[in-house]
Amino acid sequence: MSAHKRPLSPHLQVYNPQITTVMSILHRITGVVLAFGSLGLLWVLISLSMGPEAFSAAQACIGSVIGRLATFAFSLCLMYHLFNGIRHLFWDIGKGYGLSAVTRSGLLVLALSVLSTIGLWLLATSNGGTL
Amino acid sequence: MKYRNPLANAHGMGSAKSGLQHWWMQRVTAVVLALLTPYAVYCLARYGISDYAQLKGLFAQPVFSGVVLLYVLALFWHAQLGLQVVVEDYVHSPGLEIALQIAIKIVYSLASAIAVIAIVRLALSA
Repeated sequence: MSAHKRPLSPHLQVYNPQITTVMSILHRITGVVLAFGSLGLLWVLISLSMGPEAFSAAQACIGSVIGRLATFAFSLCLMYHLFNGIRHLFWDIGKGYGLSAVTRSGLLVLALSVLSTIGLWLLATSNGGTL
Repeated sequence: MKYRNPLANAHGMGSAKSGLQHWWMQRVTAVVLALLTPYAVYCLARYGISDYAQLKGLFAQPVFSGVVLLYVLALFWHAQLGLQVVVEDYVHSPGLEIALQIAIKIVYSLASAIAVIAIVRLALSA
């Protein structure tokens, strides 16, 4: 190592959180959560294909308190990753790169994620379904 | 300035031409998922999963089971591509990284295979 004290690039631990950086890492975290959660979705699909007994076990699991909490967390992650993913696709075609545009689209994504998740669960509970 | 190394010049084959593939397929699967997810979550919230016969009956329609098949395959492909990048970025021990990359490929390939069998079975038995 060099004996000189050279300036270091900013470390994450001492770097002030900003909407850009926080939303960027949230996209990854929700992505990992969804990747694992998608295997749960597969399990529901397998249960459905195996017949009524297997499916009623899956229904009971999803209907339990832990199941509902997991489904709620999954839906919030899904809505965030969906809207922020669309934001990424706009960046990919070169749109919305200005600093104020990035902040505005970020706030829009956060608002849409929360509102759509609430909307979905209001719709689900108003029908009295299992989900 | 020349950016290519001497061996690449000697081979004269240019780039491997697969560097864009990961990025591109992540976008293609993202578009499929972005188009279908709103419909999927709306249906799940609206109808729930309490009615076994109704759910099973949906799979008898080829368009429905076909769309679900496309959705699930795009989902697992997208998940595999994303997890691959996360491991590349954060796991720095070579042995563990290779093990995780192989595990990710196996798990999501297997998930895709099982999903195909489950959906085909539903579509044919409904």
